[in-house]
Amino acid sequence: MGLLRRIWASPSGRLGMVATLLVILGGVAAPLIATHMPNQLDVAARLTPPSGAHWLGTDHLGRDLFSRALFGTRIAVGVALAVTATALVAGILLGVTAATAPPVIERTILAAFDIVSSFPSLILALALVAVLGPGLLNIIILVTVVFVPQFGRVARAQTLAVKERPFVEAERALGASGGRILAFHILPNIVGPIVVLASMNIPVVITLEAGLSFLGVGIRPPLASWGTMLFDGFTYLEQSVWPVLVAGGSLTLATLGFTLFGEALRDALDPKLRREP
Amino acid sequence: MNHFWKEGSLARYGAFRLATAVLVLVGSMTLLCCLTLIVPGDPATILLGPRATPEAAALLREQMGLNLPLYERVALFFANALRGDLGVDVINGRPVAAMVFAALPNTILLAVSAIGLAVLIGIPIGCYAAVRQGSLLDQGLAVVSVGLVATPSYVVAITLLYCFSVRLGWFPVLGAGDPGNFVDQLHHLVLPTIALAVGWIGYIARLVRSSLLEVLNEPYIRTARAYGQPERRIVMKYALKLACIPTVAILGVGIGELMGGALFVEIIFNRPGLGSLIFDAIRNRNYPIVQGGILVVVSIFVLVNLLVDFSYAWLDPRVRENLGRAGGGA
Repeated sequence: MGLLRRIWASPSGRLGMVATLLVILGGVAAPLIATHMPNQLDVAARLTPPSGAHWLGTDHLGRDLFSRALFGTRIAVGVALAVTATALVAGILLGVTAATAPPVIERTILAAFDIVSSFPSLILALALVAVLGPGLLNIIILVTVVFVPQFGRVARAQTLAVKERPFVEAERALGASGGRILAFHILPNIVGPIVVLASMNIPVVITLEAGLSFLGVGIRPPLASWGTMLFDGFTYLEQSVWPVLVAGGSLTLATLGFTLFGEALRDALDPKLRREP
Repeated sequence: MNHFWKEGSLARYGAFRLATAVLVLVGSMTLLCCLTLIVPGDPATILLGPRATPEAAALLREQMGLNLPLYERVALFFANALRGDLGVDVINGRPVAAMVFAALPNTILLAVSAIGLAVLIGIPIGCYAAVRQGSLLDQGLAVVSVGLVATPSYVVAITLLYCFSVRLGWFPVLGAGDPGNFVDQLHHLVLPTIALAVGWIGYIARLVRSSLLEVLNEPYIRTARAYGQPERRIVMKYALKLACIPTVAILGVGIGELMGGALFVEIIFNRPGLGSLIFDAIRNRNYPIVQGGILVVVSIFVLVNLLVDFSYAWLDPRVRENLGRAGGGA
């Protein structure tokens, strides 16, 4: 609880926490809050402004924007969490392996990281989409590939730093096995920076997924994704601004919330920035 | 071994870094080849549509080199790319290299003007916030700059397009302008540049603020203050120069981000450029263009990073000396 209180202490952390909670609650409770089914058509009411029946207006097929935005939260946050968790686990595995394995394996893993990160992330995602094709699962897979090197590099650097610390040497001198040292000493000590990285990663993944969906190579249309909503809205921009406003607004609320939360978390975890003694 | 190659020399660092860059390029090219070759389904049939005759599909496969074994295709791609031949557009037979290099100047113009604008606005904001640390203005700027960073570039682009082109009609909605008309082209460049620059303004402002604060705590700044130098001169002459180094480094990493952002901006404003070229090619499964276009983007990315690392090593000898040491960090 101390950590959350420290995040709450800064104004921007508070803002981030509230926005993040709103977004997550909206996603979790989407079926309860939503006034319509996300794909329910109402052709008579196309591109209407907000009204009593449709709180945030309707899109070009007469679908309720409020409900679609809520269900879009599930896709955005779900993909972001799935990608970040997978990239985190894969990154730790590869990073710790690189730090502890013989140099040949270390060099190979690092070279692979370098190659993957030598592509601009969106371009790599587009290239992978060209191979795998669009769709929810494929998007999760390919965006994970894009983000593994970041986690891997931090995990490796942290492992290298922790490995040389006196308490690990002491444990080794006491006859602890490599596995024990890894599980009880190295992993707990490298988790902090990686969790911070993961929280900072979530808004980036949300932006990338929505971007791919906007380009029409991400989440397939029947599913409500903020990216596809934004693209549809963009197509009908001259007739109604509400679809763009709702999709862009939800997207910005989520990325801003997670960014502020991630930064507050980083500041709260970084002992150098902590004010109390 | 003469002194030129001694440990920590710029030449040694350069050679090492150059070798890594070449390796990365070779690796990326191999990956690119594999990407477009393990495609599910037959690209030839997809291109020609379901009504294509088997003969026509076979001919196209032959033309695209899809019948060769993988290693031969990779080798062929390498050999051709080194000669500047990136293959031909499968739809109308134009050379890919010419198409890519025709689109490239548009994208570079957009990226350079966006970065220029971001530096022009971001550095003064960051400076001001650092000098007035903790003031209401500093806190306000902090929130605004996070907002600018967190908002996706395509949302910014659509918002600008709606407000200033669709509603107010101050700027043209589509295209890059009349090729011969400089003023018209400039007019078409304004909104895309702002759209691409917005996130970078926030980013650079934050970066300059934090690194300037760090530099202002250095002993030599205290010394300058003790000598009675005016604060303005201390910030402008001594501190700012050092505080800008991380900004240069970030530009290297950011060039990839910038290309991605440029792709959205190009599509939203319907500007011709590398981003929209690659994107259209992916939609049409026009693989030679995807391959060639991405190869050029990656080469630019690697080249810029090489230059940035090089200038970093030139500015800071510690970077050179750390070469090849274990635990180099992230």
